[in-house]
Amino acid sequence: MDNPIEIVSILGAALAVSFGALGPALAEGRAVAAAMDAIARQPEAAGTLSRTLFVGLAMIETMAIYCLVVAVLLLFANPFVH
Amino acid sequence: MMHSPLISETLFQLGPLPIGKAVAVTWGLLALLAGGSWLLTRRLRLRPTRWQSLLELLVAVLDGQIRDTMQVSPAPYRALIGSLFLFILAANWAELIPGIEPPTASLETDAALALIVFVASIACGVASRGPAGYLRTFAEPSWVMIPLNIVEQLTRTFSLSVRLFGNIMSGVFVLGIALSLAGLLVPIPFMALDLLTGAIQAYIFSVLAMVFIGAAVKETAGTHPASKE
Repeated sequence: MDNPIEIVSILGAALAVSFGALGPALAEGRAVAAAMDAIARQPEAAGTLSRTLFVGLAMIETMAIYCLVVAVLLLFANPFVH
Repeated sequence: MMHSPLISETLFQLGPLPIGKAVAVTWGLLALLAGGSWLLTRRLRLRPTRWQSLLELLVAVLDGQIRDTMQVSPAPYRALIGSLFLFILAANWAELIPGIEPPTASLETDAALALIVFVASIACGVASRGPAGYLRTFAEPSWVMIPLNIVEQLTRTFSLSVRLFGNIMSGVFVLGIALSLAGLLVPIPFMALDLLTGAIQAYIFSVLAMVFIGAAVKETAGTHPASKE
């Protein structure tokens, strides 16, 4: 743990995941709220809406997953740590 | 302690080639899927048996999805999209078998799957428009977009593989952490969540493959909302 790069990369990984979770969380909340609104207005379209919602949620989640992949790269495959 | 998700374990050597655990599991799944399909379609009847009607239902749902997303006749794309979906679903759910990690949790499998989609979209585009016609789609709506369109082709392939890898790998990782903290019964809700994630990711991968191939084939590219990402 003497290497300062290791300490910085652990901090970087934590920062990447925490801020990477913020945006997608807000976005998913908005998406679910909009879908709930739409289902309440038009219950007969619930099937199509929830299918599209799931696809959209997975798309949004991808951004958080990218941050997770960056964090994993920092922790396990850091090119500056030997 | 958990091992790095980016390093694949070598199971045995096949001549000069090291065969990883994920590759062995992939071969097993391929044999299972191909053998199962061969067994089930060996004696097709007009009055379907129970298994045959299950398969027919699957193919009908698949055809409906392809028709909805690509707005073309599903016949030429059924084999590719259906195999992609079934394989990814089986691979994601393989973690239910004790001792087996899903092969999609290692980056090589996902990169190979994304490369298949990349090559298929180019091949379908060339087949439907001709080489010159396909190259001309890069200059739409104007020639300024050529570098951007080329970069888009590469990044969407990359994101396709990283999306699947990240989702499944994170599921396996969370499961490992839960297991190391508390052994019995605690990981079960996480496993249920992983089942849902696995099914959704398989669906999304095949929908995106359809969108990419459809955009290469169709006259007006990008009419589906998902193609904009």
